[in-house]
Amino acid sequence: MKEYFKNIYLALYTIAVGMKITFRHLFIPAVTIQYPEEKVVLPERVRNRLYVNMDDCIGCDQCARACPVDCITIETVKALPTEDLGKTSQGKKKALWVTQFDIDFAKCCYCQLCVFPCPTECIKMTDIYEFADIRRSNLIYNFSTLTNEESEEKKANLARFEAEKAAAKATPPPKAE
Amino acid sequence: MLDTIIYVLNIAIPLAFLVPFALFAVYFERKVSAFMQDRLGPNRVGPRGYFQTIADILKLLQKEDITPAEVDKPLYNVAPILVFMGSYAAFAAIPFTSIYIGSNIDLGILYIVAVSSFVVAAILMAGWASNNKYTLLGAMRSAAQMISYEIPTVIVIISMIIIAGTMNLFTLSELQTSSIYNWMIFGGPDMGWKKFALLPLSVIGFMIMYISTLAEVNRTPFDIPEAESELVSGYHTEYSGIKFAMFFLAEYANMFAVSIVVVSIFFGGYQSPFGYLGNTLGLSWFVPAEQFFWFTVKGIFFVFVQMWLRWTLPRLRVDQLMTMCWKYLIPISLVNLVVIALIMVL
Repeated sequence: MKEYFKNIYLALYTIAVGMKITFRHLFIPAVTIQYPEEKVVLPERVRNRLYVNMDDCIGCDQCARACPVDCITIETVKALPTEDLGKTSQGKKKALWVTQFDIDFAKCCYCQLCVFPCPTECIKMTDIYEFADIRRSNLIYNFSTLTNEESEEKKANLARFEAEKAAAKATPPPKAE
Repeated sequence: MLDTIIYVLNIAIPLAFLVPFALFAVYFERKVSAFMQDRLGPNRVGPRGYFQTIADILKLLQKEDITPAEVDKPLYNVAPILVFMGSYAAFAAIPFTSIYIGSNIDLGILYIVAVSSFVVAAILMAGWASNNKYTLLGAMRSAAQMISYEIPTVIVIISMIIIAGTMNLFTLSELQTSSIYNWMIFGGPDMGWKKFALLPLSVIGFMIMYISTLAEVNRTPFDIPEAESELVSGYHTEYSGIKFAMFFLAEYANMFAVSIVVVSIFFGGYQSPFGYLGNTLGLSWFVPAEQFFWFTVKGIFFVFVQMWLRWTLPRLRVDQLMTMCWKYLIPISLVNLVVIALIMVL
């Protein structure tokens, strides 16, 4: 019998406690972040979409080799001795035309392993994360600053130069003596 | 001809109140639940999401009316209408103001208890006709629960009838007029030692009745017939579109109906807790408007308490549900009834 009344008391008491808590929460401001309008401030070193600063890229291919999922495709063409590609911001001389620098973000695993080996620190992680697409092909980002025609031209130039060099080698120049 | 028009109007007036109420209550419930969980709730359709439920109902009306192949078609189609009919019929005997009551019958409360138990049959019909194990389980649980909890409700109603001496909700509301301590929760309109003896008993009666009506309308913590985590959504699992909307409307109509019955019995119905502004200013036409205001406010307050409980308490187990009814509510309400009867005889 004592148990019976104790149960009733407990039930009423605990319901009152619970209702007090829920009532208090009525006036606590919501924790919701209304996403497209408000965004969470991201941590300082977030890893999201990659960005390549092509002004600094020397086409060394180290990032592509470091990539565990092979999402970076780099194609370079040697510059002719007569051409001056300028220097990177760190003073390194550029010797290659980067005719293709594609990163496939459908494959990218955001591991940041490509960022560390870069000698000129031109590939880096940004805080952009809203780049979803309905086609995988749209997720392949082309970073190369050269147009297709320019690339073809560079390739042709190099081929011509090589050919000339080979020709020069085949017919040794007349001896000066 | 005139009679027919009056009948039709009489039928239509509560509906004109209920449909906007249901739209508001769904919005209100979503907002209350959101705020209690530190969320924002619907806030995209219209300012602060006011038009969310209107958008919802428009969507439901446009949806294809699916009738699954293996269902018992006549029962399946008639069940949502009967569910709504059962809860809507209760409004016939509920006085909205001192000038409007659908049907001023002397057996008001008895009639309401009778027609609202009709909902059980309709729910069982829906669960059985859907030809689905979840709906059937939900319907059976619902029937067991509603029949059990009808007993304490009725016992409490009887004890309050003993105090008030009337089953007519209109007369009952008129008894509790003019001030807050004439309300039945404070022992009724008669002054004297009886009032003070009855006060704690009325409070106990109110609590029992509120708990058991909560169980009758299948609200949490008594929502085992619709237990989402176990039974999908209970007896209306197979319903969609407009028929689902009917169940929803019936559920909210039921919530308001039981709240307003509790209000009419214990909290003075449509009566103001203090005097009327219309009487003070000498504007007699303003009094019914005030009464309607208090009717709505009191009803919505108890609907709010139902929502509040819903987001506070977890669902009961079936055995706990039956224990609560048969071992706690019924004995206490019986003792309550006997003591009230003794006090009234003395």
